This record gives sequence, C-alpha cells and structure tokens, in this order.
Amino acid sequence: MKIKYYPGCTLKYKAKNLEDSAVASLEALGCEVEEIERWNCCGAVYSLAEDDLIHKVAPVRDLIRVKEQGGDKVVTICSMCYNTLARANLMMKEDEEKRDTINRFMDEEIDYAGEVEVLHLLTFLRDEIGWDKVKEKVKKPLTDLKVAPYYGCTLQRPEEVGIEPLGSFELMSGFLEAIGAIPVDFPGAAMCCGSYQVLGNAEAVQDAAGKIISTAQTAGAEALAASCPLCEYNLGKEQDVQIFYFTQLLAAALGLDAEVSRFELNTGNAGELLKRKNFL
Amino acid sequence: MSETEKTQAPKMATGDRAILPEGARTIPVYIMGKRYEVPETLTIMKAMEYSGFKFVRGAGCRGGICGACPTVYRKAGDYKIYFGLACQTVVEPDMFLAQIPFYPANRTAYDLEEIGGEADAVHALYPEVFRCVACNNCTKACPMDVDVLAYISAVKQGDMAKAAEISFDCIQCGMCASRCMGEMPQFHIGQLVRRIYGRYIQPQAEHLKKRVEEINSGKYDKMLEDLTSMSKEKLTKLYTEREREPDLAPSGEWMPEDTQYL
Repeated sequence: MKIKYYPGCTLKYKAKNLEDSAVASLEALGCEVEEIERWNCCGAVYSLAEDDLIHKVAPVRDLIRVKEQGGDKVVTICSMCYNTLARANLMMKEDEEKRDTINRFMDEEIDYAGEVEVLHLLTFLRDEIGWDKVKEKVKKPLTDLKVAPYYGCTLQRPEEVGIEPLGSFELMSGFLEAIGAIPVDFPGAAMCCGSYQVLGNAEAVQDAAGKIISTAQTAGAEALAASCPLCEYNLGKEQDVQIFYFTQLLAAALGLDAEVSRFELNTGNAGELLKRKNFL
Repeated sequence: MSETEKTQAPKMATGDRAILPEGARTIPVYIMGKRYEVPETLTIMKAMEYSGFKFVRGAGCRGGICGACPTVYRKAGDYKIYFGLACQTVVEPDMFLAQIPFYPANRTAYDLEEIGGEADAVHALYPEVFRCVACNNCTKACPMDVDVLAYISAVKQGDMAKAAEISFDCIQCGMCASRCMGEMPQFHIGQLVRRIYGRYIQPQAEHLKKRVEEINSGKYDKMLEDLTSMSKEKLTKLYTEREREPDLAPSGEWMPEDTQYL
C-alpha cells in the first residue's frame, strides 16, 4: 500500500525519533511511504481569527502539494500538523468565500477545494491497516507494559476534526492493546501540556505537565504515549513517567532495531525502560 | 583597423550606448512616472540609458548573472507586480519601471569556525526565519527562478544540504526580502547556509589539504624565488618549452619528465 506522507518541520529535526520510528514501522507493516515533495511548514498553530486568512495559506499549500502529486489522502503524525492541516482542509471544503479568496491569492497554484483527506497516523493504522494486521506483525508484544494514552489538546479539538470524540480514548487504547501493552485510563489524557507557554510562562507549563504526569502515575502508568513533539518536550521534563512517541512503542513491538527509535533524542532514559523489560 | 574603416563603420549598439536600429518602432514606457519613447526591442536597462539615465550603480555584468540590476515593474491595466533583471527583460508598451539597486536587509555577524554545522546556528542567527507564512511572494519575486520558499522551508526543517542546493542560483539581489511578510533577509540566510554546507557538510578535497601543507612547508619557495628573479627572455623560453600533457592523453597515464614538484 502506497501512502502520501506529510512529516512537518519538527519531525525532520528535533523529533527525528518520531519520524524515523514511524516510517520504519509503516514499512514493516507493508506500506510504501511517499513523502510529499516541496512541502512547507503547516503553520504550527491554526489561527483562530476568522478573517486571518494569510496564516491559513501554509497548510492549504501543503494540501495542494498532495493534490497535485496525485494523492487523495495524506497521513501525518505530529498532533499540531494534523490539527492545522485538518482544520484548513475543512475551511477550504466548507467556506466558499474563503476558499475563493485563498485560491485567488495563490494564483501560482492549482485551485483547491478540500479534495484531500487528512489522516492522523493512529486513524490510518486502525482504518487502513487494522488492529488485527498490526497484531499479526507484532514480534515482541509489550506485555504488561502500562501505558497512558496521551492525546493532548489538538487530536480531539475541535470536534469536527478530532480523531475521536473528546472524552473517548479508544483509538490509542486500541493501538496499545494491539501492540500488547495495557492502556491506562487516566484523567490527564486530553489536558494541555502547556504548549508554547513554555516560552513565556515556564511555571505554568511545569504545573500543567506535572498534573498530567502525576495523574498518569497515580493511575499506575509506567510510560506515556504521545504524538506531539511539543508535548514530549514539555512532559519529558517530569521524570516520574517515561514519555514515548507511540511510534517508538510500535517500532519496538514490531521487533525493529532500536536505532530507528533514536531514544537518545527523548528526554530521560527511554530506551532503558524498554530494555529492562526485555522489549528491546 | 585603418582610420578610413573606422569612420565608415556603421554605428552599432554597443556597451551602454543604445542606437535605434533603422525602421525600429518606438513604444511609450514610464520611468519613475515620467513618459519616454523607447525602441521596442531594448531591454529595460538599455531603454533607461536610451532615455538619458546613467547607471552609477545597479548595473554589473549585463549578462543576467551578477544580480546588480533587479527591476520591479508593472504593466498597464494589470494589478500584478513583476520582477526581473533590467539587463534581461525587454520593454513592453506602457510599462512602469524603476530600478532597485539595493535592498536593506540585516546581515548578522558570525564566525564560521565557531557556529558549527547544525541548523541551530542558523535558527539562532536568523530567528525571523520562523516568521515565514508560506505566502510564496519571495519565490514570485525571484528573477533567477529560485524556489525561495522551498529553501526557507528546508532551513526550518534543519536540512542544510537541501537549502544550500535549492538556493545555489541566488544572486543576492534581495528582491525576496523586499516582498517578505515575515520581514526576513532570505538571501543572507541562504548565503550562510551555503557557507555552512561548504565548511561542514560537503566532502573536503584531500589532495588540496596535502598541497596546502606542502606550500606551508616551503616546498615551492625556491621555485617561486627562481621564477620571480628570472629575466623575461628566460621566463618566456621556459614557458614556451614547457612540458605539456597532450590534449587526448588517457587520463592518469601521462607523466612529465621533471617530477620534483609533484
């Protein structure tokens, strides 16, 4: 199966561990991963000002790349990229006037009207690969590893683009079960890690991250699975529960070489925990 | 050329002097708002000179490569803004013309040996790179058709080699910076990236290192001394009688008789 893939800037640099573990896992699951050519930054944060169209040009341009390169679906992993691309896509599909304004502004590009479907990797794994197939390919199930499925803000908000409704965490729990781990239900799953506040208000981030980690710990989690480099950065500072990208856990369960997960880029001693449990 | 031939030679368009070819039509253009009639076949640069302007800067190679003559123009009845090199772009009727010999942009100071080869260095020296909104005005403004947005994106993605490759044709004219919504100096960022690429990423030439060491050790001092103190006659003789590799010699097989400096 061929898939069009949008990595995003951070996955190419500070979060190479997220990209490499994801791409290697997808290949192990039989996918041919085609990175979109000439992609640009997704914009990182979706502008909430209704008439601020210039900040929506970046994600739309990426979706145009997918369309002109023959894709009708694009898979992305970073929660921020997913959110920005999915919301810009929805706007181009539903708001005729804004669609027209943006298409006219980008007169060097082909017109776009939301033809591409934006998929988060978790959704792709469930719907296009299937948990049964994942289970089949697992060589080293992460048996008894208690993992808190962490969604953060942008995977479920707003509802129209959420990978599943707020309050439900079945998608990542289903994923964790498929790789043999035990999903731990905890109240911090959809709480914000503090996000970009880390730049101006580090204390607020410490509070937010501390709360998430302590609720995960209280619920009995040994590890936390994230899909966002900013969450990993903010939560990783709290040492009590080890933060992984869900793709690193997938790569370990598929029995891939630990090198693809580049644990040295995680905060804390991520590889150590998996080694101690004989998962690596 | 004899004196007679010189006076009889027809006047040709040469250098900065534009001479109207016989029968050429003229068209109106507006240079900084004022109307001039210029021959229709001229480039913008020649048309401005034909109209009496003299370039004391903002003109260089006149061959479309040096980047000294970026020009911005508009066409009658068209809201769009156009860019080009004045030495390459041919005038059209009712064009609005002006030259932009220089565009202000900050270039940060750095020591290439100290900053290292990671993208972090570029991000720290030019944090405004993250103000990019992917509007693509930079690419539209580039007279060399460089995909400016693509190399700025590569910088954000930390890919120095890709950014260096895409920005390779940049002529440092600054038109990208003139149109940037994020107010960044793309052309200076691209230059820094290419320097980092050359210093830290591109494979170094081993034979060059060896030769530099030889020069520093004084291996060629005597030879240079002999040559610089030689009479012109002797030097000419030495040059004309020098050993030379035959043009079609198979590569790597030919050796000179005198091998003391190899």
